[in-house]
Amino acid sequence: MVHPYDVIIVGAGLAGLRAAVEIGKDAHVAVLTKVFATRSHSGAAQGGIGAALGNEEEDHCEWHMFDTVKGSDYLGDQDAIEILANDAPRAIYELENLGVPFNRTAEGKIAQRAFGGHTRNFGEAPVKRACYAATRTGRVILDTLWEQGLRRGIEFFDEFQMLSLVVHDGQCCGVVAYELSTGKLHVFKSKAVMLATGGAGKIYKTTSNAFASTGDGMAIAYRSGAPLEDMEFVQFHPTGIYKLGILISEAARGEGGILLNNEGERFMERYAPVFKDLAPGDMISRCMLEEMRAGRGIDGQDYFHLDLTHLGEDVIDKKLAEITSFARTYAGVDPIKEPIPVQPTCHYMMGGIATDADGHVIVDAKNTAFAGLYAAGECACVSVHGANRLGCNALLDTLVFGRRAGIAIKAFIPSATRPKLPARPEKKDADMIKDLMNSSGKESSGPIRAELQDSMMEHVSVFRQNDSLNTALKKIAQLKKRYQDLSIQDKGSCFNRDLLDAIELGHLLDLAEVITRSALNREESRGAHSREDFPERDDKKFLVHTMARHDADKGPQIFTKPVTITKFEPKERKY
Amino acid sequence: MHCHFTVYRYDPAADEKPCYQEYEIDAEPTDKILDCLNKIRWEQDPTLAFRSSCAHGICGSDALMINGRIELACQKLVRDFKSGNNFVIEPLPLFEGVKDLIVDLEPFFEKYRQVQPYLIPGQNDSNKEFIQESENQEFIEPALRCILCASCTAGCPINRAHPAYLGPAALLRAFRYIFDSRDSITEQRLEKIDSDDGVWGCKTMWWCTEVCPKEIPITKCLGQIKRAVKQNAKKE
Repeated sequence: MVHPYDVIIVGAGLAGLRAAVEIGKDAHVAVLTKVFATRSHSGAAQGGIGAALGNEEEDHCEWHMFDTVKGSDYLGDQDAIEILANDAPRAIYELENLGVPFNRTAEGKIAQRAFGGHTRNFGEAPVKRACYAATRTGRVILDTLWEQGLRRGIEFFDEFQMLSLVVHDGQCCGVVAYELSTGKLHVFKSKAVMLATGGAGKIYKTTSNAFASTGDGMAIAYRSGAPLEDMEFVQFHPTGIYKLGILISEAARGEGGILLNNEGERFMERYAPVFKDLAPGDMISRCMLEEMRAGRGIDGQDYFHLDLTHLGEDVIDKKLAEITSFARTYAGVDPIKEPIPVQPTCHYMMGGIATDADGHVIVDAKNTAFAGLYAAGECACVSVHGANRLGCNALLDTLVFGRRAGIAIKAFIPSATRPKLPARPEKKDADMIKDLMNSSGKESSGPIRAELQDSMMEHVSVFRQNDSLNTALKKIAQLKKRYQDLSIQDKGSCFNRDLLDAIELGHLLDLAEVITRSALNREESRGAHSREDFPERDDKKFLVHTMARHDADKGPQIFTKPVTITKFEPKERKY
Repeated sequence: MHCHFTVYRYDPAADEKPCYQEYEIDAEPTDKILDCLNKIRWEQDPTLAFRSSCAHGICGSDALMINGRIELACQKLVRDFKSGNNFVIEPLPLFEGVKDLIVDLEPFFEKYRQVQPYLIPGQNDSNKEFIQESENQEFIEPALRCILCASCTAGCPINRAHPAYLGPAALLRAFRYIFDSRDSITEQRLEKIDSDDGVWGCKTMWWCTEVCPKEIPITKCLGQIKRAVKQNAKKE
C-alpha cells in the first residue's frame, strides 16, 4: 500500500508533534508512531523546561546560554546553544497560549524552580529557571501538543513501526513501515521525512527509558548513510529508584532534596562546594560511584539516599506529586517520612543523528544536507548538549528545534518536486521479515538483548577504559553474529511482539557498537564520558565532535567535525 | 516466589473463541505484574500480546484486569495482592478485543475528540504571557493527572448499557478546559455536554473514581461540571 504525502514525521513525542503543529495545514502531513501518540516517552519528562523568564528572580538568556555551554563541557556548538537560550522564553509563552497548565506564582505568572547547573551571573549561584507543571511537565506538554495536532487535523498512523527510509538518488523520499495490528507493510512516499524517534536507553540494563526507546530513528538513519554524532556521550541520571531505574527528577533536589551516603553525610558538599546537590548530573553520578568505591554506599551496596523529609508535606504533595507516588509504589517508601533509595540510571543520549540548527540531517563535517531528511529531539544532535545535557534543556531542545525543522520543511515543500520512488521500495524489508519468520535459527531476542544490556552497563556506562571498551566491542560482535541466527516463534501477523523485538534488537546492537567505538576513540574525559585511563580533558586533541559513518563491512568509521565556539572560550569546569 | 498466572488468550484470526492459558513463573514480591507478563513472553511464550511502554504509570498503555479489577500492570506489584500468588489477567472490559490483552481503543478516543480537547484561547497574541491565577491552575490540577489509560471508561457501568454516553475520561477532559480561565468558549462547551449522552449520562456511581490508577476524583469533577451546566442554563 502506497500513501502519498508531502511530509512524513516519524515519532509523536514533543519534537515530532511540535513540527507537525508548525506545518499544520500548510502541507499534507502524516505522523507515524510505533506507540499511540500520547504514550510517547516525552510524557515521562518530569521536572521542567528551562527558560530565562525571570519570573521568580533576575535571569537572562545569556546566563542560560553560558550555563548550557559550560554544562556541555564546551563541546556544544555555541551558535546553536545561543538559539536555544534566546528562543526559550518565546517557546514557553507559546506553550502557555496553547494551553499548557504550568504551576503559577502568586501573581499568576509561570512558576520557576532551581535545576542542576542553571546559575545566575555566569556561575555564581543556582537560579530558578525551570518552568514546570508539578512533576508531570513532559506529560502535559505532550497532551497539549497532541490535542493541538487533532485541532489542526493532523493525520496520525498510530502503532506503525518504521522499518527503513526510502532513499533514491541521494534524496530521502519516504518511509517503509510495518502496521502492528495487521502485519502489513506500507510505503509512505513524501518530499520530506522528519525523524523524531527519541532515545535509545534500552541499550542499558538500568534505565529510566520506556520499552519503546530503542533508537530506531538513529539506527535507520545511520544505515541509510547519515552519520551519528557524539554517541559516546550517554547521560546517567544520578537518581533512579534503586534496582528499577525509574526516574526521581532533579526537581527533587531543585526543591531542596539532598543526597546522603551510608554515614548520613551530604557528600556532594565535598565535591561541589558551591552547588552541592545541584551540580550537573554527570558530575553527581561520578561522585556517587566514587563514594561507592570508597565503601560509602548505603549498607555497602550500590545505592544512596535521596532525602526529602525536611521539605514538608506541602512542597512534596504540590510540587513533587508524581515522584512521591513512584517512591511509594515501587520503592515502598514514603518520602515525607523516609529517604528514597537511588542509583544512577541511563537517561538520555546527548548524541544522535547529526543535524544543523534547522533540522537538516547533515552528511559530513561541512554541514552538507541529506536532501529531504530532517531530524529533531533526542534522536538528533544539533549539538546543544555537547558532552553533558543540563536538566530541563531536553524539553526545550525538542520544542525549539522541532519548530525550526517544521519551518524549514514548510519552506522546502513548495519548491520540491515529489521524487520518483524506486521500484518496490518495500522489497528489502519484506524479504527481511520473511527470512526472520521462516528462519529455523536457534536464537531468540530475549537473551541476546539481556546480554547486551548487561555488557553495556558493566563496560560502557559512567566510567570507561580501553580494556572494558574492547571487551564490550568483542561481546557486541559475538551478539551480532548470534543475531543472524535468530528465529521468530510467533507466526501471526497481529501484534507480533516477537518480530518487533527482533527488529528493535537489531537497532540496539548497531547503536551499542557506535557508542562503544566512539568512546574508544575519545581518549580524554569530558562531560558524561569519563575515561579512567585518560582522566583529563584534552582540548588540543578532542575539542571536536565525533562522527560515525556506517560501513557494512568494516563497522563504524570515525571522523571529526569542528566545534563552533563564539562567546565562551573553554575553561576548567567547576561547580 | 512461585506464581501461577491464568491469562486470557484470543487471536481472532485463529481462534473461534477466547480461552485461558496457564503459566508458572518465579517472581520477586517487588516485581510488577508487567514484569511477570514480560517474563512469560520472553521466557515461555513469545506469542502473548499486550501493550506497554514507560512501565511506571505515565504513558497509560497497560490498563487491564488483574484478578477481576481494572489496574495498570506496571503499577501493581506481586506483593500488592493477597491472592495466594494466583493471578488472573484479562483485557479491559467494554472494548472489543484485538488480540489477547490488547483492545481496540478507537471508540474511546473518538469520544475524547468530541469534547474539543484543546484550548480556544481568549487572547490572540501567542507570544505574550498569558496570566492564570494559581487557584485556577490548582482547580483543574486533578484532571491533568489523566494518562488516557481508559480504565475509568472501561469500568463505568453506564458506558456498558449506554454506548453513546461520552464516558468519564472524555468528560474529565471537558472539565479541564471548561474550568481553565484562559479558554474562551466555556458556555459553548457547557451547552454541548448538557444532555443524556453528555454529563447527565453520569449517575454518580463512583466506579470511575474507584478504578482510576492516578487517584483522580473523577466523579467529583463531573459533579462540578453538572453544577456549572445548571448555572449556565439558568443564565439563559
